[in-house]
Amino acid sequence: MGKSITLHNRTRISEALETQVPGVVFTKPSGDPCPLKKHRFSEDPKPNLFDALSEELLFLILDHLDSDDLDKKSFSLVCRSFYAAESRHRRTLRPLRLDLMPAVLSRYLSISHLDLSYCPRISDGVLASIATAVGPSLLSIDLSRSRSFSHFGLGSLAASCMSLVEINLSNMNDLSDASAAAIGRARNLEKLWLTNCKLLTDMGIGCIAVGCRKLKLLCLKFCLGLTDLGIGLVAVKCREIRNLDLSHTTVTKKCLPAIIQLPYLEKLTLVNCHYLDEEGLVNFKLGSKSLEVLDINCPYVSDDALSSIVKGAVNLRQLILAHCGLVTYCLANSLQRLAKLETIKLECCHLTTPGLLALGSSCNSLKELGLRKCSGVTDEGLSFVVSKNKGLTKLDITRCRTITDISIASITSSCTSLMSLRMESCVLVSKQAFRMIGEHCPLLEELDLTDNHLDDQGLKSISNCRKLLILKIGLCMNVNDEGIIQIGRGCPMLQELDLYRSIGLTDTGIIAIGQGCPMLQTINLAYCTEITDNALRSLSKCSKLNTLELRGCFRVSNYGLVAIALGCKEIVKLDIKKCYDITDVGIVPLAHLCSRLRQINLSYSSVSDFGLLALASISCLRSMTIFFLSGLTPNGLATALLTFGGSKKVKLHISFKSLLSQKLITHLEERGCIFQWRDKRFQAEVDDNEVWKQRSQDLMTFV
Amino acid sequence: MNSKFKGVAEYSSSSPQIMGDTARKLSRNQPFPLFNSSSIHHDPRTTPSFPEMSPLDSRSQSLCLLSHEVKKQDQSEPISWVKSQILDWDPRAMLNNLSFLEQKIHQVQDIVHSIANQDSQFSNQENELAAHQQLVTADLTCIIIQLISTAGTLLPSMKSSLTTANTLLEPLGSITTSSSICFNDNMRQKETVPLEMAKASEFDELIRGLSDCGTEGDELIKCLKNSSSEVAESALIEDHDLKDATDEGVDGENLLPGSYEVLQLEKEEILAPHTHFCMICGKGFKRDANLRMHMRGHGDEYKSAAALAKPTKDLNSELAPIRRYSCPFIGCKRNKDHKKFLPLKTILCVKNHYKRSHCDKKYTCSRCHTKKFSVLADLKTHEKHCGRDKWLCSCGTTFSRKDKLFGHVALFQGHTPALPTDEAKALGALDHGNENEEKAIVVKSSLDGANVLDVRGDDDERSLFSLMNFDSFNYGGFDEFPQPGF
Repeated sequence: MGKSITLHNRTRISEALETQVPGVVFTKPSGDPCPLKKHRFSEDPKPNLFDALSEELLFLILDHLDSDDLDKKSFSLVCRSFYAAESRHRRTLRPLRLDLMPAVLSRYLSISHLDLSYCPRISDGVLASIATAVGPSLLSIDLSRSRSFSHFGLGSLAASCMSLVEINLSNMNDLSDASAAAIGRARNLEKLWLTNCKLLTDMGIGCIAVGCRKLKLLCLKFCLGLTDLGIGLVAVKCREIRNLDLSHTTVTKKCLPAIIQLPYLEKLTLVNCHYLDEEGLVNFKLGSKSLEVLDINCPYVSDDALSSIVKGAVNLRQLILAHCGLVTYCLANSLQRLAKLETIKLECCHLTTPGLLALGSSCNSLKELGLRKCSGVTDEGLSFVVSKNKGLTKLDITRCRTITDISIASITSSCTSLMSLRMESCVLVSKQAFRMIGEHCPLLEELDLTDNHLDDQGLKSISNCRKLLILKIGLCMNVNDEGIIQIGRGCPMLQELDLYRSIGLTDTGIIAIGQGCPMLQTINLAYCTEITDNALRSLSKCSKLNTLELRGCFRVSNYGLVAIALGCKEIVKLDIKKCYDITDVGIVPLAHLCSRLRQINLSYSSVSDFGLLALASISCLRSMTIFFLSGLTPNGLATALLTFGGSKKVKLHISFKSLLSQKLITHLEERGCIFQWRDKRFQAEVDDNEVWKQRSQDLMTFV
Repeated sequence: MNSKFKGVAEYSSSSPQIMGDTARKLSRNQPFPLFNSSSIHHDPRTTPSFPEMSPLDSRSQSLCLLSHEVKKQDQSEPISWVKSQILDWDPRAMLNNLSFLEQKIHQVQDIVHSIANQDSQFSNQENELAAHQQLVTADLTCIIIQLISTAGTLLPSMKSSLTTANTLLEPLGSITTSSSICFNDNMRQKETVPLEMAKASEFDELIRGLSDCGTEGDELIKCLKNSSSEVAESALIEDHDLKDATDEGVDGENLLPGSYEVLQLEKEEILAPHTHFCMICGKGFKRDANLRMHMRGHGDEYKSAAALAKPTKDLNSELAPIRRYSCPFIGCKRNKDHKKFLPLKTILCVKNHYKRSHCDKKYTCSRCHTKKFSVLADLKTHEKHCGRDKWLCSCGTTFSRKDKLFGHVALFQGHTPALPTDEAKALGALDHGNENEEKAIVVKSSLDGANVLDVRGDDDERSLFSLMNFDSFNYGGFDEFPQPGF
């Protein structure tokens, strides 16, 4: 009896589907002129010339508009045929809200990439409707920031989307084995991200391993429920894996041989695998000819282990070793056998001078060298290494606190093709050294000089690097307007500028940047206390600006903010913490104009209920930080939070927790919002820059 | 009582030569009629009959003749039977057993002789005689039990019920014939014939019929046996092979094909319950050590350290070539004729392999009533954790350990670890769940709307709200309508 009922239901469902599908086809704007259009033709003496353009031509135009969503929107609003062409051309979709999902799904039928990372709450029903609407064409789906769906939804996806190749299920803390079993039914899956799926056990990964035989990429970072059994089964069943990330798992030496012997393995990431010991690493000598990238974080790496790695993985191109104790002569010498090695990154290691010398003599074709936070890097060693590797394009010597001008001199003289140099807090390097960088490395695109003794003369020389895209000179207390003006004149391509705590900086410098760097996307002016509205007016000319940090710029007012809102419509991140003068008058225009705003920090500003409500109705907004808003009332906050449809994260002071009704909070949490209640102390004053000034002067005397 | 001994003395003395010869002949060629008659001889119920038959020489002669005839008959019968069986038998083992029987019969003869001597010595002292007679009776009983059990081992014990019945009843059958003929002129004697003997004679007839048919009957039996073993073979489950590999531990070693001696035991030998027999009482044991412990009961000479010690292997093992075993089942990978022959290491391996691979699974688990085993130890291992298996494979096999399940899944194509049933049920009810879910969404969204509306109703600035919600349905930065200018 029960069976017959379910059968009956099924037939009804299938009937419903059948009737629905023609309906969808009907609403789909088809290429053929529909009767309505003909009617218009007869009515309108002048036919629309755009209709004569063939679809191929329109598609070609659309291909070139791929970079910008707004352009595509304008395009589709030209006429009906353009609208239809755009509907059929679109392959990727990133919905902001799920309310209109059915309409969108019926409009865009050939979607192949669906990014749902903006939708914090996705139910099984939504997934099922996606599966039925765009199932056959869907290739990839991103659910990495979504929650509240279960194995039902995943099961319907796996069943309907036969061509599904990529699924991102990261951060699904409640992903059960049943969900994994549902994924296991997507036979054609090639890429799968399961980062942070802590509930996943061997049983679940076993189902995936057996079901998804074609997996090429598998990320199991932070999957703490897995053991050797499950991971070993993956290695046995999925023989086509090319990229495997086992960081932060409990993998041990037991299943490593199977992994290493995967025939196509190209990239293996084993960061922070604490259960992996030296004995496990010796397994590498079993040989993995295909391995090209090895990222391993192992405190036990020794001669034995490294030599077996070198013996086994002969085609290694990138070797990333972090936190490996002492790098000695023998260790570095064994690298000689890796003929194809291009990248070595040794993070947080202890180096010796003989070790560095050996590294220099054994590796001569390096393109990238990272010695981030390594101790024991001497001028002698580093100079030798860079003199042997003149083709170096990327060098990271962040916090190598023992190197001096001598190293910088040899780096700049040997590696003239350097494109990226990161040397945050190299405290022994004097201000004269930075002139050499500008003079000898004209190809530099990325330069990180945070927390150094850089001065205006240095900046003037750096302005010779006309290709510079990223410049970070935060915490350089000696930088003044003159230097910044030089940068504004010399680096027109600049995209990112970090001026954190540049105390000496005034509006003059920023105006030069606003005039000279139209490509600017990110600027950090935090605690540049002299900055006023004039600087912001100038910056509003940078129409591509998407990240603006004005934390602690207390001279900035509503006028400046409105100027930014008018000029930079693509603002995504905005920090106006401790801009005390900013009120609703500045915020409301911002909320109306900057529709892409995703993250905002309003703490200590003078924004009230009204402004907050305006902000909350920005459809893109995902995260708000609201501490110590003097004009904020509990009712206003509640209204704003209810309007805040896309809310993902709200940081609030703990005192509000008792003032808001518990029902409201649970309701919002069900919608996908995460509340972070903080108990912070009220600090009315802007952080004292004097402390930092003092510190920098201490360091100067130390030099 | 006296008369009995007299009778026996007369019996033995009256025609010592003839009797001795015949007895010897009988003992060599066909032991059963003789020891069976002696068993009847010692049966307390039959003893009174002797005086009546013994005094007459002619009678005894006729008895002799009769028994001779019987012997001829019986010989023709079991020999043909033996011949037919010889294909399956190990002749060495048989010869061993036969010589053992011969020894025993000599012992019986000696005892009878001694009785004859004692009879003449102690004819006057009745008390002493009675005491001695008791001793002799006990001695004889003991020997006869040994004879029976050894004779039992001579015959193959077979799997099929038909053949086992045959083998068990074959000696009995011969007893019946001989005894019935022996005492056929005595009515009282007939009363003493037990009921089962009558039954046994039926089996005897059956055997005769079979042997009359000649080799055909034997072939029939063989066919039966083969077919049954084939059934067992076809019912093989893969995990038995796994067990063989691990249990028998041969796969690890790489002996060159010629470097070891291959011994192939016959299946009867493999399936025999006991392999070690007491030379004195015939009791069977599975282990040599147990036999040695048992031997202590037979006298002080077996209690010495040397007798109790393990048979010294050192010399033998050094000299003897490495010995490996072959399974008698043709076509088995463990059979020496197989292309990829994998030898078995020990006799125990042979036994377990043969039972697991080529025999019926006669032991059923009393808890789950589904798992069957052919080796008792396997059943016991299973029963230890039956019902506690929580690791399930999609093929239905359960495992008590997760690593075993993953080993199984890794080995077989298409097998998946199966989740516990409640989750699987949930998966099965996919459609239903979706419906529910969708309903829930509808309810939820309506609730959302209500809340928002309420809030809006409370607020004064309606125009602001409408403005703010204007572009709330924005997909990937793509709006249906252009932004209103500020």
